[in-house]
Amino acid sequence: MISRYQRRKLVNLFNLGIAVLATIFGVFWLIWILWTTLRYGASSVNWALFTQDTPAPGSSGGGLRNAFVGSLILLGIAVAIGAPVGVLAGTWLAEFAARRKLGAVVRFLNDILLSAPSIIIGLFAYAIIVDPSGHFSAYSGGVALALILIPVVVRTTDEMLRLVPGSLREAAIALGTPYWKLVTRITWRASASGILTGVLLGIARISGETAPLLFTALNNQFWSTSLDHPIANLSMVIFQFAMSPYSNWQSMAWAGAFIAVAFILLLNLVARALLGRRNRKA
Amino acid sequence: MSATPRIHPRAEPGETAATAGMGAIKIDVRSLNFHYGRFQALKDVSIQIEERQVTAFIGPSGCGKSTLLRTFNRMFEIYPEQRAEGEILVDGENILRSKKDIALIRAKIGMVFQKPTPFPMSIFENIAFGIRLYEKLSKAEMHVRVEGCLRQAALWDEVKDKLHQTGTSLSGGQQQRLCIARAVAIKPEIVLLDEPCSALDPISTAKVEEMIEELKNNYTVVIVTHNMQQAARVSDKTAFMYLGELIEFGDTEKIFTKPDKKQTEDYITGRFG
Amino acid sequence: MPTSNEHILHSYDEELSRLKGELGRMGQIAVAQIEASMDVLERRDSRAAERVILNDEAIDQLEASVSHDVLLLLARRQPMARDLREVMAALRIAADIERIGDYAANVAKRSMALNLSAPIAPAANLPALTETAVELVRDVLVAYREGDAELARLVWERDVELDALYTSLFRELLTYMMEDPRNITPATHVLFMAKNIERIGDHATNIAENVWFLVNGTPLQEPRKKGDLTSTPAIDPERAPHG
Repeated sequence: MISRYQRRKLVNLFNLGIAVLATIFGVFWLIWILWTTLRYGASSVNWALFTQDTPAPGSSGGGLRNAFVGSLILLGIAVAIGAPVGVLAGTWLAEFAARRKLGAVVRFLNDILLSAPSIIIGLFAYAIIVDPSGHFSAYSGGVALALILIPVVVRTTDEMLRLVPGSLREAAIALGTPYWKLVTRITWRASASGILTGVLLGIARISGETAPLLFTALNNQFWSTSLDHPIANLSMVIFQFAMSPYSNWQSMAWAGAFIAVAFILLLNLVARALLGRRNRKA
Repeated sequence: MSATPRIHPRAEPGETAATAGMGAIKIDVRSLNFHYGRFQALKDVSIQIEERQVTAFIGPSGCGKSTLLRTFNRMFEIYPEQRAEGEILVDGENILRSKKDIALIRAKIGMVFQKPTPFPMSIFENIAFGIRLYEKLSKAEMHVRVEGCLRQAALWDEVKDKLHQTGTSLSGGQQQRLCIARAVAIKPEIVLLDEPCSALDPISTAKVEEMIEELKNNYTVVIVTHNMQQAARVSDKTAFMYLGELIEFGDTEKIFTKPDKKQTEDYITGRFG
Repeated sequence: MPTSNEHILHSYDEELSRLKGELGRMGQIAVAQIEASMDVLERRDSRAAERVILNDEAIDQLEASVSHDVLLLLARRQPMARDLREVMAALRIAADIERIGDYAANVAKRSMALNLSAPIAPAANLPALTETAVELVRDVLVAYREGDAELARLVWERDVELDALYTSLFRELLTYMMEDPRNITPATHVLFMAKNIERIGDHATNIAENVWFLVNGTPLQEPRKKGDLTSTPAIDPERAPHG
């Protein structure tokens, strides 16, 4: 006969054990992935990776310079379009449509977009840009990425703005502040680090996207910064090189994967730091 | 501790009732009804608030005292499901019907909230923000003005070396005094205080009450409070509300020593239901 | 509105009723002391008189505990409205009862001095005076216990009777002293005792005023006939020409 207290302790121990096991299971794969990219990737990182372009099949040497620059250009286009649109749309949702039906509808649609498969977004960009223009291009890739970025930014902006206490808005309104000024000077400022975090996390999300680029930016073996032409990008290069029979391509793919993971990790760390600062302040 | 409970100055023997008891009416509420959606929060409330006096609204939670306060600057308007019917005359003008820019009405009426609400900017900017909405001042003029406001809030000595730190870096009590200073900086005529001390410790509360005493000289002050002793200490007139109705309104001295209504008596002596 | 005669905090009610209880006991002892002082006077029992004097200590102690309880109540509860009047009345009434006790003890003390000389006739009028005083004190204590403002007002008005009795006794004593100077010492003692008893009546009216204020929140103010005219020419500042 065990007492209620002992029983409770046993049940607690059991549940705790299961939870710990589940955590270990999840973290195990994550660490394995990181370890693998580190093991195969870090050793292949060298200076040439950043100074030389992708090599022709069969040739030795070469780097990923064009892929890095191409990826940055694509991210730049996506952020230039997606961040303002996302922030403004999120602001509209939180500040102007918070209590209206239309707001609820838009929020719902945004959530759908948020979970839309990225390949469909790519297909969409293909249909509206690539097909009419007749060729693959950097900007179509940027637009596709922007379309993935927007709902993420809308969502975080909306949520961050709605976290701003109503009393802060009321305090500004009580002073006779016009609403636009209230938004730009007070609520945006109050949630700036949160919104920025949202944008950073969105970038982290799209920087690894491959599927939408298949139909849009495609890939380019050569150095190109033209927005009107196909452009090299890291994820496509990793895909192509990893599948290739050449061992130097394969190790370059690992190096690229390692750098991509490091970049995303860095973005996440910065986002965390920003959010942490915000929480300390609040 | 500086704030000693003060007994309200009574009318001097020589004064007539007209000069002592009744000041000019600053806010004249007539048959006000207020709805949150279908819920009626105020029922036919009529009350006259005198100029340069402290008027306290007391009553249990949900009695409508904050709601009443928030009609005075039409704060409820930012929420679409809230509406007010009746008249609220501020200096004789019905603000519920006024065609004037609402910002101009609000400029006349400062408001301070339950929780301190410093804006996400520096201490200096917190004060300057409101002033800039209405006046164009040179840098030097603005500095003088901000300093004056902070001195009035007895906050200057505490913040003069960190004017450019964010307002949230101050303690709760300091933040609240900053908010009062900010509300007063735009030179309103009426100051509305919505439970300004409910989140503060007793010492900060005393400092805020000290400020309220000061404010009375230049402003018409209306305060909502859950703390009956506070209402008794700081106010000249007290209104007791219950379930959206104004039950009793009169001199604070009378309300807290010999109220006319049994409901008021039961509430202030803690004999409620 | 859900109203009630009880506080949300029961301990608050307990503290207030405890205060009332203490005052009730003080009152009982004070009445017993007045009666005992008459008893020892009539029996010319100096040892019993000593006990009466010692008994006064009990009233003083109760008054101290009333003061203490009032202090705590003010600090803890910050009473308002009727509660505030209740507490204030308790403090004041306790002080009045304490004075009444002192007067009773003083009568007992003087009865010991009186016992040193032969009995004098006017002393026989003291019990009648005392009876009226006891009635006033009893009634006013009932008025307090029951919150009966009307009864309190009656006591307040009846103080005139006591004053009239005292005035007539005063005249009688004056005559007595003029008749035979040897009577002066005992007669003076009797005069002081009478004055003490008359003062007890004054304290009863004080209590009556407090009961009235406690119940109605307004002071009891009516022009009241002053029955005791013995001191008017010499002491009353309002009537004295050079006040």
